[in-house]
Amino acid sequence: MRLHLLALLAKEPAHGYELKQALEQTFGSAYPSPNIGQIYVTLGRLEKDGLVRAVDVEQSNRPNKKVYYLTAKGRDVLTTWVDEPTEGPRVRDEFFMKLVLAPLTGIADRMALINRQRRHYLGIMSDLNDLLSRTAPTDRVAILLIEGAMLHLQADLDWLERCQEDLA
Amino acid sequence: MNAVLKAVNLVKIYQDGAVPVPAVRGVDLQVEPGEFVAIMGPSGSGKSTLVHMLGGLDTRTSGEIWLDGKRADTLSESAWALLRRKKIGFVFQFFNLVTNMTVGDNVELPALLAGASPKVARERRESLLAALNLTDRADAAPAQLSGGEQQRVALARALANQPSLLLADEPTGNLDSRNTRDVLRLLSEVHKEGQTIIMVTHDARVASLADRLVSLFDGEIVDDGRIARRRTGTAGEVIDLR
Repeated sequence: MRLHLLALLAKEPAHGYELKQALEQTFGSAYPSPNIGQIYVTLGRLEKDGLVRAVDVEQSNRPNKKVYYLTAKGRDVLTTWVDEPTEGPRVRDEFFMKLVLAPLTGIADRMALINRQRRHYLGIMSDLNDLLSRTAPTDRVAILLIEGAMLHLQADLDWLERCQEDLA
Repeated sequence: MNAVLKAVNLVKIYQDGAVPVPAVRGVDLQVEPGEFVAIMGPSGSGKSTLVHMLGGLDTRTSGEIWLDGKRADTLSESAWALLRRKKIGFVFQFFNLVTNMTVGDNVELPALLAGASPKVARERRESLLAALNLTDRADAAPAQLSGGEQQRVALARALANQPSLLLADEPTGNLDSRNTRDVLRLLSEVHKEGQTIIMVTHDARVASLADRLVSLFDGEIVDDGRIARRRTGTAGEVIDLR
């Protein structure tokens, strides 16, 4: 969550609760509602690393609140994160390892593994279909996330088919 | 309850040249009323051949096909055609609409062919076009419609005779994502209303509407089981950051 908070602070200084609200507003249902405690712990670490700094702002009838702002070092870290290409999909996943190793053990054959995994992926796809139909058209960020997940699943299924062809 | 469709040890061998090519090698399949079955598998695994045989569009080499408890494969070609008009709706990747007939007539024709009275066929046409948001396109020629609209018309046509069984072969094969969504919604609706469906598809979104997945490989069924649904929640909860 470190870099997500840095990005929000690059827009404007904010206190912890404002960051929680900003995450919720920006992502809609695409991001699980962040835990306020986790936000404060993360801010504390960012402060220790010199990426953000905090100032106390006095409030009438309430304890002071800490408003955080980005340091020059924090901005550098954020820029590096944004500028770097993001790692591509990792296809040597758990299933790939099973597919390679299971036939050696005799526990399962590849055809059975592929068939089971295909039905599992379709079950997830079905969940995503439901999710998409339940998501408000105005929740654009969430819709993009769901559509992205669907396209990844389609690729995974195409790849399963490719694995199956290899059994011929 | 009687199975809508039953195939017993169904075999198709093509004999083009000197070498016989088996496309379907002994398929057993039973589909109950209201079931939605997706058929997947690599190209050349026999999916299309199988549904074409089930629909009587291709002859079987051996085996049995039962429709609504009646043996179909032993019928004469004309008797099979008659049964097909009554009991089966077909949707293909390339819509196969009659180009010199209006959209409305394309939908009405199968009901007439299946023996419905002109009045009933007209009513069926109008209710289907309305359900598919195509009422104002009824007098257009198919060529004036977008791909998604044409596929909706094809679906309306396939449902016009109130078939026991809807067979679909890559129904979203050449549609963009918005048009796929329309067809998806319709398939889901007719399935909820109890329509029995067997569908060949590569499209995981379409396949995931089904209750049951049959995987074909090299002309044989290698997997046949239910598609389990599990998770609910918001996008942020369902889709993990990795």
